[in-house]
Amino acid sequence: MSLTLMPLLQQFMLLLAALVLFLSFVLLAQARLVAAIHIFAWQGALIAAVTFTVAVTGDAPHLYFSALLTLALKAMLIPWMLHRLVRQLGLERHTEVLIRPGLVVMAAVVLVIFSYWVVVPMVEQSLAFTRNIIAVSLAVVLIGLLMMVFRQQAVAQVLGFMSMENGLFLAAISATAGMPLVVELGVAFDVLVAMVLFGVFFFQIRESIDSLDVDRLNRLTETLEQDSGEQP
Amino acid sequence: MLSAWLLALIQALLYVALAPLLVGWVRKVKARLQNRRGPRVLQPYADLRKLLRKETRVAYTASPLFLVAPYIVFVATWLAAATVPLVVMDLPVARIADIIVLVGLLGLARFFLALAGMDIGTAFGGMGASREMMVSGLAEPAMLMAVFTLAMSAHSTSLAGVIYQHWADGLVLRPSYLFALGALMLVALAECGRIPVDNHATHLELTMIHEAMLLEYSGRHLALMEWAAQIKLMLYGVLIVNVFLPWGMATDFTPVALALGLVTVIAKLAVLGGALAIAETVLAKMRLFRVPAFLNLALLLGLLGLLSHVILEVGV
Repeated sequence: MSLTLMPLLQQFMLLLAALVLFLSFVLLAQARLVAAIHIFAWQGALIAAVTFTVAVTGDAPHLYFSALLTLALKAMLIPWMLHRLVRQLGLERHTEVLIRPGLVVMAAVVLVIFSYWVVVPMVEQSLAFTRNIIAVSLAVVLIGLLMMVFRQQAVAQVLGFMSMENGLFLAAISATAGMPLVVELGVAFDVLVAMVLFGVFFFQIRESIDSLDVDRLNRLTETLEQDSGEQP
Repeated sequence: MLSAWLLALIQALLYVALAPLLVGWVRKVKARLQNRRGPRVLQPYADLRKLLRKETRVAYTASPLFLVAPYIVFVATWLAAATVPLVVMDLPVARIADIIVLVGLLGLARFFLALAGMDIGTAFGGMGASREMMVSGLAEPAMLMAVFTLAMSAHSTSLAGVIYQHWADGLVLRPSYLFALGALMLVALAECGRIPVDNHATHLELTMIHEAMLLEYSGRHLALMEWAAQIKLMLYGVLIVNVFLPWGMATDFTPVALALGLVTVIAKLAVLGGALAIAETVLAKMRLFRVPAFLNLALLLGLLGLLSHVILEVGV
């Protein structure tokens, strides 16, 4: 279905989905942790807005609750927890040194094209307008994965993981008009528990290697030898 | 048909006449935002008049290219501006030149500007030319991406066709247009040398780009160069407001429609100029080596516009 034939509300939903994808790119290239957390919160708010729009257009009342849950959890609670963690770890002004950011962004563009290519046969099966969004959500998932591969900072990797979850949620919303409420509650609870566990792990990692740079976990040497190893 | 050509000519003259006004307006708003009274809005006209009457001095190392460059830059920029619909949507010039020709004409003007900057052989001219080329080399792909996004939505590279298509569709929320708008705005800031990239109001050697190329010019040559820069700013402004908000433009040649079109385009440009002044007040100029990252963002926006058009907007 072409865009010009759609009602305005559905066009608005596509616009929101495109903005979610854009925020994924911004998250990928954002070197400052606090700013990245804010972007993640905005992405969560956009996902909630998409859910709300689906609820209005698709006449699915249980999605109102789901939108509210997403807004509370992804746009407020989890960013707040992350923010608090970052403050406790003293990383508020931390700026990560990104390696080849331009190349990584181009890789993300390739991932978008790839996910479109994967989804095309699926879209041809049905005419529902929301099917177009599946490619976008798959791209968001893959970009989150790319972020976990490419970032060395543990908090940034968690942000990548969480934005992957955002992509999955967007796919569920757009493909099937939402999951059953039980499943949704379960997933939300899982994400929350994961967040708490990540918090514990941050402190563990920092205690053992004095940093949250995950690349250092590759070294098997003790701290003393590591110091001497950096000398030459 | 004759009246259409006449209108095209009047429109081209309007660009030349109104461009200093837009610059004066932006300066005025900016001055007010900084708690200054600022020069009056018509000051750029007075500046141009002063420069045109002054004696024109040329360095003894200058080649003939240095003498013809201001005329080429002015005429190429003016021609480029003449292809952008200002008041009337469909003019015969649109069939002669499409968006790609527009980008090419601007490229021609920039090429001669950079050559003239290097011609005298001073250090600043060469430095300014090399910086200008770095900025424009990165801005042009982003601009073309945005242009292709628009062309794909309208199935035509003619600017009048793009505007007409958008106008005829009515209110359609296109994600691709949003991204293209973002890309075009960033490119316009870079190409017109506005604040995050270049600062027109300074002559600080380390930061200037556009001014550095004009240091050796005086008199009417300088006036032409400045005027061309003002026309270029207006061209980008009209491109942004008329492509993305075409409502109010005249579709026929009746006097009422023409007057209405002129008033709306001036109002839209005034709003855009105010927004530019606010942006220039809020933002700080960035380091030269941050400019590639800024233009990478513009390229990314253009690419996302193209992709979101293909993914979200084309019916399968």
